[in-house]
Amino acid sequence: MKIRLNGEEKQFADGLSIAQLLEELQIRSGRVVVELNRDIVSREAHGSTLLKGGDALEIVHFVGGG
Amino acid sequence: MEDLLKLGDKSYRSRLIVGTGKYKDFAETRKAIEVSGAEIVTVAVRRVNITDPNKENLLDYLDPKKYTILPNTAGCYTADDAVRTCRLAREAGVGKMIKLEVIGDDKTLFPDIPATLDAAKILVKEGFVVLPYITDDPITAKKLQDIGCAAVMPLAAPIGSGLGIRNPYNIRIILEQATVPVIVDAGVGTASDAAVAMEMGCDGVLMNTAIAGARDPILMAEAMRLGVDAGRKAFLAGRIPKKLYATASSPIDGILG
Repeated sequence: MKIRLNGEEKQFADGLSIAQLLEELQIRSGRVVVELNRDIVSREAHGSTLLKGGDALEIVHFVGGG
Repeated sequence: MEDLLKLGDKSYRSRLIVGTGKYKDFAETRKAIEVSGAEIVTVAVRRVNITDPNKENLLDYLDPKKYTILPNTAGCYTADDAVRTCRLAREAGVGKMIKLEVIGDDKTLFPDIPATLDAAKILVKEGFVVLPYITDDPITAKKLQDIGCAAVMPLAAPIGSGLGIRNPYNIRIILEQATVPVIVDAGVGTASDAAVAMEMGCDGVLMNTAIAGARDPILMAEAMRLGVDAGRKAFLAGRIPKKLYATASSPIDGILG
């Protein structure tokens, strides 16, 4: 399936959960916030939220800023 | 009685709020912040670099238990984007205080005031402790405090300009009518700029570039801590009035004839 990840089209295996996707990308879930199709997905729901083709996912974190 | 800066339901001993941008690396960021004595640090919300996700994270260097993390909405040009960014920031679990900035123009980085007001209304309603970055306009400051913002943060001068307070008279009017803390945000260049803001009666100063961009950021962090402290103490002490003519410091009586 194709999903739009942080603004870029990416190919992933079908039926992946957000938790699995983060693991595949080697991203520590404790340091990021995930937004799926403009809705925030709480950390507790990462495991139970399955992705489907066409989804738009944003993974953000804190960086230095003023 | 201890002199504290109250924002939302928290109180702080330090009146210097510092940014975390533009440092050489996270180690320098951490050191400068430590030396500055700041208890509140601003951060930005950005996309994770998917191709290199294992890069160190800022929060590995700044313990959210030790510092109040103040997410900003830098880079947002609409109220919608700013609100979205605040919601994402809150989900990160660092509290509900946010620095609201809705930028109007990328050359001046002046705020878009109507959009800032729109976003502030939504965010206050959603329970955020909103600290809005604004131009030094008393009317805007009043509107935002009436909306329920926890402070108002007029700029001294354009972000990163280092020009110091360009319009002290407007800041004075803002201070005179304020019922919430007034924090000068942006435009400070050196320690005396911070001291001037505090001597005028501002409740705090927020800066990033003035420290991070200095030749020696760690030393400047210390200078800013001292500048803010000196200015605050001078304000509390009550300065002497300015006069045109001299008044002798030594007694007139007993002068050798």
